[in-house]
Amino acid sequence: MSTPQANLEHLPGSAKLLLGLGVVALAAFPWMGSDFYAQMLTRMMILAIFAMSLDLLQGVTGLVSLGHAAYFGLAGYVLAFVTPAGEPVGLWWTLPLAVGASALAALIIGFLVVRTHGIYFIMVTMAFAQMVFYLFFDNKALGGSDGLYINFRPTAGWLDLENKLVFYYFTLAVLVAVYFGLRRVLWSPLGRALTGIRVNEHRMRAMGYSTFGYKLTAFTLAGGLAGLAGYLWGAQSGFVNPELMGFHMSAHAIMMVILGGMGNFAGAIVGAFAFEYLLHLFKDLPTLSLGGSELRLGKHWQLWMGLFIVALVILAPRGILGLLQHLKARNGAVQGGADEHQA
Amino acid sequence: MDLANFLIQTLNGVQYGLLLFMLAAGLTLIFGIMGVVNLAHGSFYMLGAYLAWSLSVQWGSLTLAIVGGLVLSVVFGLALEWLLFRHFYHRDHLDQVLLTFGLIYIFEELRSMVWGDDVHGVPIPDLLSASIPLTENLSYPVYRLFMSGVCVVLALALYGLISRTRLGMKIRAGAFNRDMTEALGINIKRIHAIVFAMGVGLAAVAGMIAAPISSVYPNMGSQVLIMCFVVVVIGGIGSVRGALISALLVGLVDTFGKVLLPQVSGMLVYALMAAVLLWKPEGLFKQ
Amino acid sequence: MSTKPESVLLSARGLTRRFGGLAAVNQVSLDLWRDRIHAVIGPNGAGKSTLTNLLSGDLPPSEGEVTLLGHAMTGSPAEAYSRRGLGRSYQKTNIFLPFTVWDNVRLAAQSRERHAPWNPLRWIQDASKSIAVNDRATRAIELSGLKNRRNTIAGTISHGEQRQLEIAMTLATEPQVLLLDEPLAGMGVAEAERMVDLLLRLKPHHAMMLVEHDMDAVFALADHLTVMVNGQVIASGSPEAVRTDRNVQAAYLGDGH
Repeated sequence: MSTPQANLEHLPGSAKLLLGLGVVALAAFPWMGSDFYAQMLTRMMILAIFAMSLDLLQGVTGLVSLGHAAYFGLAGYVLAFVTPAGEPVGLWWTLPLAVGASALAALIIGFLVVRTHGIYFIMVTMAFAQMVFYLFFDNKALGGSDGLYINFRPTAGWLDLENKLVFYYFTLAVLVAVYFGLRRVLWSPLGRALTGIRVNEHRMRAMGYSTFGYKLTAFTLAGGLAGLAGYLWGAQSGFVNPELMGFHMSAHAIMMVILGGMGNFAGAIVGAFAFEYLLHLFKDLPTLSLGGSELRLGKHWQLWMGLFIVALVILAPRGILGLLQHLKARNGAVQGGADEHQA
Repeated sequence: MDLANFLIQTLNGVQYGLLLFMLAAGLTLIFGIMGVVNLAHGSFYMLGAYLAWSLSVQWGSLTLAIVGGLVLSVVFGLALEWLLFRHFYHRDHLDQVLLTFGLIYIFEELRSMVWGDDVHGVPIPDLLSASIPLTENLSYPVYRLFMSGVCVVLALALYGLISRTRLGMKIRAGAFNRDMTEALGINIKRIHAIVFAMGVGLAAVAGMIAAPISSVYPNMGSQVLIMCFVVVVIGGIGSVRGALISALLVGLVDTFGKVLLPQVSGMLVYALMAAVLLWKPEGLFKQ
Repeated sequence: MSTKPESVLLSARGLTRRFGGLAAVNQVSLDLWRDRIHAVIGPNGAGKSTLTNLLSGDLPPSEGEVTLLGHAMTGSPAEAYSRRGLGRSYQKTNIFLPFTVWDNVRLAAQSRERHAPWNPLRWIQDASKSIAVNDRATRAIELSGLKNRRNTIAGTISHGEQRQLEIAMTLATEPQVLLLDEPLAGMGVAEAERMVDLLLRLKPHHAMMLVEHDMDAVFALADHLTVMVNGQVIASGSPEAVRTDRNVQAAYLGDGH
């Protein structure tokens, strides 16, 4: 409805430095912090991968999917299905299988969904994801509402993933690899075309691009990467349930991507960490004593989260990076900086 | 399936469909005229149900509760529109999605704080608690017929309003060409507020009359919202007529599906949506 | 001026487009030859924009056929027309406002690369390093006179420059047929002169259709003129013939003559 804006695609040097420091900090953390927080960070890193996959679809291509979690949860379930109760399975074949399953689901659903536009697209992505949710929720054979357990993490040759430290660094490596991979895609012919589709799909078609094919490619690729994250989630937590594919999970992903700032993948990482941190913050709020009664602020975390989201959309709709970009632009205008290359 | 069962399932399907229509009509109008997608639309349904329950407990009468609840819901809707929604009519869909996400969280938590998390039943009023016998063993509850009746009356009222009254003309004009309508001196802001309030009112009434059948429980809004989206997608956004036909279709498919194909019944409606999208990506009756 | 059949690059027969009961375009036929500029004129609401949309694939016709470079195109989507060799510029500037001028034209030039989007090579190459694409884009930018504005954001350049960018993007797809919808709209005298100059330079290599209101430009440029009123062609021929056509005079000057 409003004019599409340029994303912050070229990260300024300061942002790259901060990201680098962040990776160093993540790498150093297990030696300095507690095991509990290392587990939390592992989860955050997995969610960061999930958020980056959605950023490709939403931030770069402009497709707002309310059902992206379906591909996240599906891969976790695939791992659960192939892992027997008594022994682990090999990573080398189960990872591609799970990612492939998610990508295939995304291809099939994408084929039906990508032909729709605007608000329709939003609604049908939600509807199809709910369909997948109910498929698992209603069927005991697929685990039902209770979900499924993954009793052993996959084996990966010399990498002992049951060792939490090893798993932590494995996840960090995947995070960094996915980030650089997606940055590569952003500047590739595909990435440039997707950006064009976000800004002006009509003109792209008039110039000869088959935008259906491009959007479907983005949808499938994003679905596969979401599956990568979902596989790691299942491996780490040892448990999958339909909530992983549900509306709330999809909503969380959207909020992570927006919170950080869309379209450059760095924002998705920042947003994932920030969002999870906020969630913990709200849930851990203290209990106040007012007069004779107690007010358990942490219990009502949904209220604080909701208010935060409303405040975010009113005050900083382009997220943290957007806010920084806006402030920088205002400074630049004041100082008379002309022709600043922003695109 | 014998005739009596078939009749019962058809009546159930129509009743479910009409209930969905009440929600879908509001959603499709609000989107068609103001261009805003409201993921929290299910919350108004939930609000209606909870008001029906709590007010009927306090005042002892479901009828009074419905009237009072409707007034409260409409006031709430108008306040929400004035405070938040009207500033988002021109915004990105993404921003609207984000806003209404936040509202879903807020409403769910407020609901929990005000009314708690228990499941509550609402008794059917004595006047409507009888059943009409169809065969020796089977009878059909009067209350369900009453529900369908209320929905039909409201649907006709909506149709009458939009196509026969001056207000309806202004509403249609506003949907067609906002700037021109404003230039003609029609207060478009008031039209938007009225349309929003109508949407909220319809959803709340749906929740209120459904409460005795479905009970009152947390998250009841999100389940019905999804169905509502499917109805709007199949029917075509902005088309109230499309919403009606689509809602009846969905109601019947879902009801008969649960009886005839219970294993896949949950997915049947989505399969229907997929089939429609393959044929007409913008719904059956897109404006 | 060549009249060989193979230099008819685009041909439309009996094109009709109805909206509800109204025929916005009614039984229009025309041909576009290489090295000729065919101007379409008419009052507002005559159906010129609809006709352009029908010829570019942006709208499917209710009746009639379009043949582009020998291929039947009726019912094909806009991207198919573009790939066949048709380029079209828009009356309402239809560019990528947040991108630089270079990025706009480069993206247009990239459209000519033949690979499918699901080809993984397309995901890992650096788009800015394709020599063929860059050359195409550079040529288009130089032709349209925007060399000095390469790195400026398209949303910040002047209206006239945006019209130039509009043309540059159309040229970057290296079309053989050009449909230009009011390229001179909103331009000052100097800018309009430059644009007319550019159009004349493009003429020998393209078949061009021009929708315009600027009558000086039309009569300076057009080899062939079609006049539309209420969706129908009321005159078609050389500029002199059309100028003296009584139907045209009546349509433009009213019944009091």
